[in-house]
Amino acid sequence: MTTLLQALVTGFGQGAIYALLALGYVMIFKATGVISFAQPALMVCGGLFSYHFSEEFGWPFWPALGAAVACGALLGAIVERLALRPMVGKPVFTLAIITIGVDVVLRVLANRYIGSQAKPVEYPGGNDLLEAGGVSITHQRLGLIAVTAVTLVALALFFRYSKAGLAMRATALDQETALAQGIRVGVMFALAWAIAGGLAAIAGTFIASGSVGIEQSTWLIALKALPAIIIGGLDSVPGAVIGGLAVGMIEALTAVYQPDVAPWLGANFALVAPYALMFVILLVRPYGLFGTKEVERV
Amino acid sequence: MSTPSRTPTSSPSPRPASVATAPGPTRHRPVRGRPRLRTSYAQDLALLNTPAKRRSTIALVVVSFLVPFLVTDDLLLVFTLGLIASVGTIGLNLVTGYAGQVSLGHAFFIGVGAYTGAILGGSEDASVVGYGLPMLVWLPAAGLVAALLGALVGPIAVRLRGLYLAIVTLGLVFLGDHVFREADSLTGGPGVGRRGAQLEILGIDFNASGMLLGLEISRAQRQFFLALVFLIVFAVLARNLTRSGVGRAFAAVRDRDVAAEVIGIDITRTKMLAFALSSFFAGVTGAMYYAVIGVFEPGAFGLLLSVQYLAMVLIGGVATISGSIMGALFITALPRISQELAHVVPFISESATGGGLLSVFQLEAILYGLLIVGFLIFEPRGLYGIWLRIRNYWKGWPFSY
Repeated sequence: MTTLLQALVTGFGQGAIYALLALGYVMIFKATGVISFAQPALMVCGGLFSYHFSEEFGWPFWPALGAAVACGALLGAIVERLALRPMVGKPVFTLAIITIGVDVVLRVLANRYIGSQAKPVEYPGGNDLLEAGGVSITHQRLGLIAVTAVTLVALALFFRYSKAGLAMRATALDQETALAQGIRVGVMFALAWAIAGGLAAIAGTFIASGSVGIEQSTWLIALKALPAIIIGGLDSVPGAVIGGLAVGMIEALTAVYQPDVAPWLGANFALVAPYALMFVILLVRPYGLFGTKEVERV
Repeated sequence: MSTPSRTPTSSPSPRPASVATAPGPTRHRPVRGRPRLRTSYAQDLALLNTPAKRRSTIALVVVSFLVPFLVTDDLLLVFTLGLIASVGTIGLNLVTGYAGQVSLGHAFFIGVGAYTGAILGGSEDASVVGYGLPMLVWLPAAGLVAALLGALVGPIAVRLRGLYLAIVTLGLVFLGDHVFREADSLTGGPGVGRRGAQLEILGIDFNASGMLLGLEISRAQRQFFLALVFLIVFAVLARNLTRSGVGRAFAAVRDRDVAAEVIGIDITRTKMLAFALSSFFAGVTGAMYYAVIGVFEPGAFGLLLSVQYLAMVLIGGVATISGSIMGALFITALPRISQELAHVVPFISESATGGGLLSVFQLEAILYGLLIVGFLIFEPRGLYGIWLRIRNYWKGWPFSY
């Protein structure tokens, strides 16, 4: 029982990272109709911004996180302006491939910075454990969950009450009508990318302050948010959060139970378990758990 | 083009008596002196429908067969791999370019083909299984196994559209990667790898050099010829497919699948066929490519490989066969190009860890990204589009149009 609870708690922490990343994907998808494959690069860059501010400049963790979010948001907006804005109106497939290209370029630059040494960020009191009923969680994970929760609430408030949030919702609903109402749709695209970049930077920072720091292969983590958004539904914000948490927990549960229950699946099956889950869910519900079904006019 | 009615000799006659000389009832020969006059659909859809195409294709094939005697062996290997990769690119173009189903899973099918080929055609050793079957068995088998798995993706593609499908095929790559890593009695496992299949057909060993047909032909030259014939066979096959009813069904599904269904195209069958065909091409490519490479390990079939093939399609030209070949040759030569660039450009170091602004490998990776973005923004038709523009310029020369 304790093993199960511990796995769920660990998975919840990891799931928070996936949820943040998944939210970034959904932001961009809702605003522009494109899945951004550049998210892994934005996450790695965000983590590296934090590293640079906290380890090179010697800033404390929280200001470094804030600055990294700002830089990540700026980076997202720049990517949108340079690589995607010229392509507005082109097929979404083309745009998605462009984001792959952007991702490759940014990651090469990031890898150049990383080099052979992992780049860790120190979280204040990071490895202290909080224990309750035989289940333990590090303060770093608690911080992550708290930050995720605050971010979610802030985003929800932003979309509900602010003028820009309303404009973004209008853009997501119908770009042309939004344009006709005087909303600057291009700016909304940039804003969506900026939010996604900021979310990716938070995720990147907490990955960097986790066990090993940012390595050359860290970007693969961000791809695991893709099953999360597919499970939740591409255009559903609550779906992204629930999908992210589900993926984190499935991963943790598989890591704990699969070696005993199904050893024939091989070592490290946990790393690909989210993809297997995605296949199962898609066969039952092709638009994810909370996604809206596409209606096609003939 | 003038109308057929003005040229009595060429007008399609309803009476079979006037075409009695031709073998079939609807066979029409091109009119002498009017090479671009078409009098039947068959002529319009012909493989090489203009004399210029006919001549240039023949010239191109002849020149290609002369290439091995003109360039050094190390450069020849780059071309050989490019020719083999062309077949895989054509395969991806069939499903993504012609049928419009975005697939990021090409690396998986290439991997399946590579391992089927290696297991059936490779030799057995202490750690891996190998049956040492002849090439006439392992090459088709590699394609068929991959095609079978591809056909299984088809029904999923019917339920999903666009980017959902892209992510699902991406998941396929990760699951495949996991299986390849874990099944180490078949694949040798990560870091170890295994040898590819034995390249020997009709008694000719392509891994040895020596006398052949009275000529001293080296290993690299033999492999180049093999790859060239391999590509010609599959390119003609693909070209014929795309100009037949199957190809038109693909295009209809790509342009609007609901409309395609309304005019009587079986979508499930068409999408399954697209994935199966594409995977067949990927499978044979995988088996051939890694047979030429020699030793390969499971890490080769990751997302990067899929992106590379996608880059070949996009840079070459979506929904074109000749573009696929151009793109594949170009992308396969990219490592070599960036090495050559490193000699010329001062701030690029030639070693992986050395100083300088970028290493060769980083330059190569960054070129991928920039080329994908650049081509999509500035020339979405790819290298084929550039060729079209050159051709049209000279067609109208010395006038601008």
